Amino acid sequence: MDKHAKLKFILTLLVVLVSFGALYIAQGTMNSFYIRVLNLAAIYAILALSLNLILGFTGMFSLGHAGFMCIGSYVAGILTMSPASKEIIYFMEPIHPLLANVQWPILPAILLGGIIAALFGFMIGFPALRLRDDYLAIATLGFAEIIRIVVTNVIPITNGALGLKNIPSVDSLLVYWGCAIVTLIVLMRIINSSWGYAFKAIRDNEIAAQAMGINIFKHKLLSFTIGAFFAGIAGALMAFLITSIDPTMYRFTFTFQILLIVVLGGMGSLSGSVIAAVIFSILMEVLRFVEQPMNLLGLEISGIPGMRMVIFSLGLLLIILFYRRGLMGTNEFNWNWVLNRLGIKTSHQGKRGEAN
Amino acid sequence: MAELLRTEHLSMEFGGLRAVSDLAITISEGEIIGLIGPNGAGKTTVFNVITGVYRPTTGKVVFAGDDITGWRPDQITERGIARTFQNIRLFETMSVLENVMIAKHVRLKATLSEAILGLPRYGKARQQHYQECLELLEKVQLDDVAFEQATSLPYGKQRRLEIARALATEPQLLLLDEPAAGMNPQESLELMEFVKRIRQEFDLTVFMIEHHMEVVMGVCQRIYVLDYGVTLAEGNPEEIQNNEKVIEAYLGAVDIDA
Repeated sequence: MDKHAKLKFILTLLVVLVSFGALYIAQGTMNSFYIRVLNLAAIYAILALSLNLILGFTGMFSLGHAGFMCIGSYVAGILTMSPASKEIIYFMEPIHPLLANVQWPILPAILLGGIIAALFGFMIGFPALRLRDDYLAIATLGFAEIIRIVVTNVIPITNGALGLKNIPSVDSLLVYWGCAIVTLIVLMRIINSSWGYAFKAIRDNEIAAQAMGINIFKHKLLSFTIGAFFAGIAGALMAFLITSIDPTMYRFTFTFQILLIVVLGGMGSLSGSVIAAVIFSILMEVLRFVEQPMNLLGLEISGIPGMRMVIFSLGLLLIILFYRRGLMGTNEFNWNWVLNRLGIKTSHQGKRGEAN
Repeated sequence: MAELLRTEHLSMEFGGLRAVSDLAITISEGEIIGLIGPNGAGKTTVFNVITGVYRPTTGKVVFAGDDITGWRPDQITERGIARTFQNIRLFETMSVLENVMIAKHVRLKATLSEAILGLPRYGKARQQHYQECLELLEKVQLDDVAFEQATSLPYGKQRRLEIARALATEPQLLLLDEPAAGMNPQESLELMEFVKRIRQEFDLTVFMIEHHMEVVMGVCQRIYVLDYGVTLAEGNPEEIQNNEKVIEAYLGAVDIDA
């Protein structure tokens, strides 16, 4: 066994405790704007983690994430809104009587958002995952748009283009980051399990994986469904963060933002996704100034909305041209690296003698 | 000896091209059989049809009494046929040991939720596979590089790893697609010994495609010769070496008048 295993376990425990402590303190001291940014970072982290499972670990080029998120948002929104506000908001057509009087607590609503999104992931994956590469990308993109258009048109359930308002607001860092940490832990355990290796085998060489007895389709569908589940969770959280949602939020451009985070963090690195998600959401706020009207060396520039995305696109181009691996490549954060930096020798083969 | 694999009237057409035509192969338990033929003769296609990569146009494949025609490759692997590839197909981001452990995934007697929750049934099953794979690597003398990245190995060891990985699926029949490709005579010789040894140790039947004649003649008990998808000859190495049709296919027709 690894002689530093105990030390690493204590360090991990310490980090978890410290981060929960930090979340608790931040909740009390930070102003609501910073808390909002941090919560958004948690949502982005969950989205990036789940897309990374599909794209980075299983090698499926799926662009349907915004669609799954949309489902999660609407499920959670409809389930938690108060019957009174449902009556007010659904004025084009009254809400379906079955849904008119439900009002669930937050956590079960989040969970059901994930489950319904997973169900859709399963149904979409069934036909779509027979395709590969760009074809799969186009098919999943199409399905995500179909979801959005269906949501726009089943007015008795979703209130159509008007969207939902007055969704109960949740601003607790513990809820958002709690979900993000659970996502991270679950995905970490999947990635390091026998199934995770099967996913990676499919990514590395599908033909060889099949010759090793792995049922390719079943495993792709499994990975896709799990990814959709967590995208649904993130969507539900998004509904609670911004409290009013409408179908236009879930256009495919949103998927590309998540894709950007995944590539930035490194396809095939969970820790990279989390780090990149935090950087991305902070930069999104910091870079807001570029969309303001400004005076550049005597040149008057009126505010250009969307300028931030231009900067991010340029960044993505540069990463793909010069640093394709992203921040972390396929590496994960690990204590061996930290301990070695601190001058504590760890065995190079930390894994010897223990299976994952 | 009991029959292990039989193909009946096996044909494979791609559009108008008949890659394999009316192939009849019979392999008994414990044999080492060779499949040779000039480039483009359809040898790899035969392997692909047997392992389910292609569905044959006509005919059937019978393995240990089961008609496996049209089965998926993973089902056929689980049934007991393992293979290696002409161009090495290792899982490049993984270590040698991880490459071998992939083969154990289908035999894992635990569920994904048990793995996520870290329940002991999963841990035990995984630990057992881990030990089995380490032992397997020891048997094929790759235990010293078990934790190295698979693609960092020298070519000969990558070939051996591919065979080890196939062995980890616990096959009855092992299909080797040009295992000695790109090897020098010394390495080919070692490979021959290696194939003979693992056949003994793992109680295998071996069916191999090979271009190196010294390997084929040295290790195979019977040989099938394929040319343009048609079985040209079948027999023991000596018969094949003296078969006129085979010589013609390899060297061209001998013009008596010249």
